[in-house]
Amino acid sequence: MHELSIATAIVERAEETARFHGGRVTAVRVRVGEMAGVVPDALRFSFEVAVEGTALESARLLVEEVPARARCAPCGTGFAVGMPPLLWCPRCDRPAQELVEGRELEVTAIELEEASV
Amino acid sequence: MCRVVDVRQAVLAKNDALAGALRAELAARGTAVVNLLSSPGSGKTALLEQVLAGTSARGVPTAALTADLATENDATRLARSGVPVKQVLTGGLCHLEAAQLRTQLEGWLPAGTRVLYVENVGNLVCPASYDLGETLRITLMSVTEGEDKPLKYPTAFGLAHLVVLTKTDLAQAVGFDRAEFAQNVARVNPGVELAETSARTGEGVEALVERVVTVAQGGGVHRPAMAVAGPATGDPAGSPS
Repeated sequence: MHELSIATAIVERAEETARFHGGRVTAVRVRVGEMAGVVPDALRFSFEVAVEGTALESARLLVEEVPARARCAPCGTGFAVGMPPLLWCPRCDRPAQELVEGRELEVTAIELEEASV
Repeated sequence: MCRVVDVRQAVLAKNDALAGALRAELAARGTAVVNLLSSPGSGKTALLEQVLAGTSARGVPTAALTADLATENDATRLARSGVPVKQVLTGGLCHLEAAQLRTQLEGWLPAGTRVLYVENVGNLVCPASYDLGETLRITLMSVTEGEDKPLKYPTAFGLAHLVVLTKTDLAQAVGFDRAEFAQNVARVNPGVELAETSARTGEGVEALVERVVTVAQGGGVHRPAMAVAGPATGDPAGSPS
């Protein structure tokens, strides 16, 4: 259950942003890749725990799940690796050199509600 | 009034940056870290007992750090090899992080250590996401765990520089299918090397030690396709944009 450590890191990041820009955090948008080793449901649950007693107490966590995609360097084919993953090109049956998407674990945006003047 | 601030930062950026710094710092001191990942009960400690003795017998200054949720049993066992050993109790945390490792090494890591083995918490999920500044990441599993384990824990196997099969003395008894296992490993991590070991018979231990020492001396490591992944690295300095 490292999702709690990850949720805590997300909350810290959002708090820093809120301090810098001012305002109250209403939502945190994150991208979670299929191969990130993080379970979105567990992350949502952990986020609710992590926000307790912080300035984010009523903030929502918006998770965008990113399917894992690889690319075959020799033939240029891009393909979804699926789950369980298959990192071999479906076109030429050669091993994929890189995962183009799917290991993301990132905070993409923070939604802030500005205090009314 | 509501507004959206773009952040675009990897959640583990802090750990990744610390791990990178630790890797550079240790490299400057001539130390290579070997990060060992596996499920509980895969025989990591039994194998490591022999690997420590084997590495040290080659005249390579060796040390080991072992992480568990509780008990110092593993450190006691590993200390029999005669190399400096430290037990880290994570107090319930399911994985090691780079910051934790750095703290543990301060004032303890003997000068001149060439190979530092880090036995991560027995868990194939969480430790996979945390770079510890290792030069070599080894994912281990025993023949009793089933050929399809690499498919069930694709991130742990997909990010390994080397995959080690343990308890091969039991392979026949449990009907372990090596070809199927190799195929499953290749599915998630094409090109990764497989090593077979038995702590009971000593099979493969020397070859594994040889592999580790070669890497510690600057030999190359496999580049997993999954590790070449993309855009999930943010600005480690962490200033909100």
